[in-house]
Amino acid sequence: MTGFATADPLFSNGVDLTVVLIVIGKTIAVFALLLLSVLMYIWFLRKVIARMQNRIGPDRAGPFGLLQTLADGIKLFFKEQSVPTTADRKIFYLAPYLSLLPAFLAFSIVPIGGLVTIAGHQTFLQLVDIPLGILLLLAMSGLGIYGVMLAGWASGSKYPLLGSVRASAQLLSYEAAFGLAIVGVLIQSNTLSTRAIVIKQGWTGVESIVNGWYWLPAIGALFVFLIAAVAETNHPPFDLVEAEQELTGGFFTEYTGIRFAIFYLAEFMNLITMSAIAVTLFFGGPSGPSLGFLAANGWFNVWVLPVFWFMSKVIVLLFLTVWLRATMPRLRYDQLMALGWKFLIEFAFIWVMITGVVVVAKEQDWSMWIVLPAVIAGGIAIGAVLYASVPKTTELLEEIK
Amino acid sequence: MGWLSGFAVTLRQIRRGKVTERFPFEKRPKPARFHGRHVLNRYEDGMEKCIGCELCAGVCPAQCIYVRGADNPPDAPVSPGERYGFVYEINYLRCIHCDLCVEACPTEAITETKLFEFSFSNREDAIYTKEELLVDDDGRARRQPWELWLGGEDDDTSAWMRATAPSGQAVYEGRVGWSGELGFGVRAPEIGQSVEEAKDEEAKDERGGQGS
Repeated sequence: MTGFATADPLFSNGVDLTVVLIVIGKTIAVFALLLLSVLMYIWFLRKVIARMQNRIGPDRAGPFGLLQTLADGIKLFFKEQSVPTTADRKIFYLAPYLSLLPAFLAFSIVPIGGLVTIAGHQTFLQLVDIPLGILLLLAMSGLGIYGVMLAGWASGSKYPLLGSVRASAQLLSYEAAFGLAIVGVLIQSNTLSTRAIVIKQGWTGVESIVNGWYWLPAIGALFVFLIAAVAETNHPPFDLVEAEQELTGGFFTEYTGIRFAIFYLAEFMNLITMSAIAVTLFFGGPSGPSLGFLAANGWFNVWVLPVFWFMSKVIVLLFLTVWLRATMPRLRYDQLMALGWKFLIEFAFIWVMITGVVVVAKEQDWSMWIVLPAVIAGGIAIGAVLYASVPKTTELLEEIK
Repeated sequence: MGWLSGFAVTLRQIRRGKVTERFPFEKRPKPARFHGRHVLNRYEDGMEKCIGCELCAGVCPAQCIYVRGADNPPDAPVSPGERYGFVYEINYLRCIHCDLCVEACPTEAITETKLFEFSFSNREDAIYTKEELLVDDDGRARRQPWELWLGGEDDDTSAWMRATAPSGQAVYEGRVGWSGELGFGVRAPEIGQSVEEAKDEEAKDERGGQGS
C-alpha cells in the first residue's frame, strides 16, 4: 500500500444507477446507525452512571428501559416551542441544524467495516473515503462551533451568550491540541485517508495489537487526543458550556422542544464520532481476527466481524467517557484553559517532534538505542523550558494584586 | 495523581449493587407510626365515631379541616351520641400530617392511614369530603381513583397509636386504648415507648391473639 489514498472501488467503473442507489442506501444506513447509537448511548450512559451511583436507572420504557431515550425524544417532539421576543428568529431557527449537520458529516469518513460486494459492486463499508478524510473531521468540528456560537447569540439573552462565548473559546483552544494529536498519527500513517489509515493497521495476528495498531507508537498522541476530544465535545469534566450552576443551560437555555433535542443529539453524535475516529486512528478501526474455520470470503467474515470489532472498540471507548463523567467533577474555567494551553498543546508539540524523529530514524535505519533516548531527553528538556517559561496561575494572581 | 483513585471508587460502586427500588412496583414497609392520609372510623356496629365536636378543626395548625356538626336524626342516628359530623372536609394541599387532630379526637374517629401516594391534577380532588374519608363497610379506607395502592396496602393502614399517653406518660402498658372498630375490632394494648425494643416480639404475639 502506497502513501496515496485508496479510492473507493465503487466508482472505478463509472457511475450508473446501481452505484447511485448504493450510495443513497449507505447514506441512510449510516444516518440510521448514528441516530440509533445516540439512542443506545444515552441509555447506556444513564444505566452505567446509575449503577455507579447505586441507583437503578431508566427501566420503564421497553425492556431494561431501552426505549427511554425514544420516549424522551417523542415527548420533546410534541412539546410547545417558545422563541424569546428578543431573539434573532431566523438564526435562532437555523442554529440547531448548524450544529447537527457537521456532527453527522464528520461521521461519514469513519470506516465501519471492510471491503464488501453489493449487487456486483465492490465498495468499502463507509460512507465516503475522501483523500483528505481527517481534514474533513477537523473542518466539521470547527464548523460545529458556528451552531453553538449563533445559538447563544441569536437567543437574545445573557446566559446563552455567555455559554456560547465559553463554548467557542473552549473549542478553539482545544482544536490546536486536537489537531496536533492527529498529526502524531498522520506522520506515521503517511496519509490523510481514513480508509488507508485503517488498512495500514490491518490484522496480521495477535501481535498487530501491539505493533500494527497506532496506539502504542502514538501513545502520547492518544492521551492528548482523548482529553481534547472530550473537551471538544463539551462532555464532563469539560462541560463548562452548560454549567447549570452558573449559566442555567448554557447556549441552549432558550431552546425548547425538538430544537433542544437536536442540540442534545448533535452533542452525543459528536461524542460517538470522536470515539469512532479514535478507534480509526489508534485502534485499527474494523481490524480484528476473523474466524478461520469459516470461509475467508463468507458473509460472516466480510460483513459481520469487521463491524463487530469496530463496534466493540467504540463501545469500550464510550464506556470510558461514561466512567469519566461519573467520576470527575467539572473543571474551573481557568483550570480548563491552563490544561489546554499550558500543558496539552506543549505536550502535543513535543510528541509530534519525537514522532517525527523516530519515523525518520526508522527510514534511515539509525540505531534506535541512540535515537530514542536522545529524543526523549530532548523532549523533556524542551518541556522543562516551556514549563518554566509559562507563568503559573498563582504568579499571575500575585501580579494582578 | 491522587485524583486517579476516584476512578476506582466509581467502578467499585457497580459491584456494591443498587440501594434504590422500583418504587411504585416495589415499596418499602412503612414505619408503624407513619402519617399518611386520614380516615374517619366507624364502630363495630357501623355507627360513625365522629360526633362533630370540631376539636380536630380547632387544633389543626394548618387549618385544613372543616367540620360542621348536626343533631342526629332520632329515627336514623348516624353516630351513637347526640350529634354527628354533618360535613367533614380535609384539604390535602394544606395538611402537614402532624397528627394533632388524631391526638385531639375524643372518640378516636379520625386516624391517619399509611396511604400517602396520591396526586391530583385538580384542586377539587385535594379536598377529601366525608364520603371519601369514611371507611367502607369492611372498615377499610376507600380507594380514590387518584390514589396509588398496591394489593394489601390498606391492610395495616388504620393502626393507630398515640404519640403520648393521655396522662402524659409514655409508659402505659396493658391499657386498651381503642374502642371497637369496624373491621378491626378492639386494638391490642399498646406497649410503652420506653420498653419498646424489649417488648417488640411479645407485642406481636399479643396483637395476633387479641385482634378480631
